[in-house]
Amino acid sequence: MVVSAPTTTEIVAQHLAGKRVPIGSIVFRAALLMALLTSLLILVTLLTSITAGAVPTFQERGLDFITSPLSLDPATAGVWSGIVGSAGIAALVTVIAFPLGIGTAVYLEEYASRGRLTNLLRTNVRNLASVPSIVYGLLGLAIFVRVVNLIGLSGTSSGRNILAAGVTMAVLVLPIVIITTSEALRAVPQTIREAGFGVGATKWEVIRHQVIPSAAPGILTGAVLAIARAFGETAPLLVIGVATGFFAAAADATFVERVTGSYTALPVVILSWSKQNDVQFADTLAPAAIVVLLAMLLTANAAAIIIRNRFDRNQQ
Amino acid sequence: MTDLTEAMSISPSVPEPGVVARSTPRVTLADSPSKHPPETGPTGEAVFDVRNLSVRYGDNVAVAGVSMEIHKNEITALIGPSGCGKSTVLRCFNRMNDIIEIARIEGSISYHGVDLYGKSVDAVEVRRRIGMVFQKPNPFPKSIYDNVAFGPKIAGFSGDMDDVVRDALERAALWDEVKDRLKTSAYALSGGQQQRLCIARAIATNPDVLLMDEPASALDPIATLRIEDLMQDLKHDYTIVIVTHNMQQAARVSDRTAFFNIRVDDQGQRTGYLVEYAGTGTIFTNPNQQATEDYITGRFG
Repeated sequence: MVVSAPTTTEIVAQHLAGKRVPIGSIVFRAALLMALLTSLLILVTLLTSITAGAVPTFQERGLDFITSPLSLDPATAGVWSGIVGSAGIAALVTVIAFPLGIGTAVYLEEYASRGRLTNLLRTNVRNLASVPSIVYGLLGLAIFVRVVNLIGLSGTSSGRNILAAGVTMAVLVLPIVIITTSEALRAVPQTIREAGFGVGATKWEVIRHQVIPSAAPGILTGAVLAIARAFGETAPLLVIGVATGFFAAAADATFVERVTGSYTALPVVILSWSKQNDVQFADTLAPAAIVVLLAMLLTANAAAIIIRNRFDRNQQ
Repeated sequence: MTDLTEAMSISPSVPEPGVVARSTPRVTLADSPSKHPPETGPTGEAVFDVRNLSVRYGDNVAVAGVSMEIHKNEITALIGPSGCGKSTVLRCFNRMNDIIEIARIEGSISYHGVDLYGKSVDAVEVRRRIGMVFQKPNPFPKSIYDNVAFGPKIAGFSGDMDDVVRDALERAALWDEVKDRLKTSAYALSGGQQQRLCIARAIATNPDVLLMDEPASALDPIATLRIEDLMQDLKHDYTIVIVTHNMQQAARVSDRTAFFNIRVDDQGQRTGYLVEYAGTGTIFTNPNQQATEDYITGRFG
């Protein structure tokens, strides 16, 4: 009996045939999927429980909940005081932290000579970003509340007002603004700067017309992060004497009285409501306030994305 | 404070005051069997006179002892192996090395008789008259129009910017390809188009000299030929200095060629130096130095 020799095709087919079950690969993939699902589950649970609590409030009260001042009566209490306080703090952060932070970063990246001192400064800015926020609160209490008192802007609040809070928050987010702006500036290719110098631009013209516009999307991202942080921080405000009880600025309060008087902020409102004896505050009003806070943050984010896209249009 | 619009005329028909008019007799390709000017004949006036130039970056001497003249309305090629300092020398002509903190320059470069590194000379003014095109196309992340208009704008030009943009794009042989999309991003152009845009940007300020640092090294052969053709057109209006590592390119486009090489000392420090500088014909057919011949015949480099 003659056994014919296997053909080349048969030999190759034999060698290529695989029965391997990639167990490691399957396990790894499953683990990754689990991680994703767990995060999603947490997020979904959070959002549903908040929304479930918030929906009745919005159904019953509607806009009235947004525009009403704080009150002891859960049926009439609203978040307006918190919105005003948070918006005021955000405005002060925008006015103080952005120019200071962006200016610092532009100086560090574009003007300061590379050396030990510059590196030391850079490292310490990074360190500042990781300082716990409560420490900034103590700084605000020790300095800014006193300064506001000293220069006579304390109003009826003995310095525990939006001015002191805004400056404290601005200092708190300053490192974030500096770091993100620095990174955005560093990501601008050196060739863009050379091109600018090459056509006879001065250093300032190169920075103003080429480098900063190129870095703008990154700078804006940092700005949004900073605003989000300023909106959400609670601890430093508690230290520098935000009002946690129930107060309302008089309906006929002037702008100056509102700025120099007692204030509260949205996260602080949420905190104080969740601690009330009357469970209606914690069960329905606090979730509704959280929804308002999230909506404000998302609005700030959306605005930044729109502005960023306008800058980006010419860069793709 | 100088009046900017007066100090820098944008219109190509009005030569800049103080800078000699661009009317040197042309050497056209059709007229002469060799495209290189006669090497013993009268040469154009010197635009740059480099005397014993050395550049150091920190402790490292990048290039030392360079002396050469750059002539008006000619294309001068700087060739040599990587690290021989040819780009470093090029960047001295418009004080581009100023933006590198650790760069130090010794020796002198005079530009139409004025010491380029003299105390009263403003590097920004220098760069408005001596334009530069870089190795990789580096348009600004802006529209085609804004790329070209940026130089004239910051120079205080107040006339019809549309004319300036059109003229520069036409001279850079790009107008026909982009005239319908001047407001679109420069990044949408191909590499070759981007490089011609960079040339248009460089000539929009109506400079006297164009420095080109390996302008075609990132381009394909067809785009390279377009740039080379363009250089032949541009040399009637400008004095061009080009750095290239492509010897065929130097042979094709340049009137004079400077060959740089590297010297390694006992400590292993590598320093560039000028080996030989002559008409391109001489360098490629009858070089004086053995190193030049070895390099151009491909024995090293």
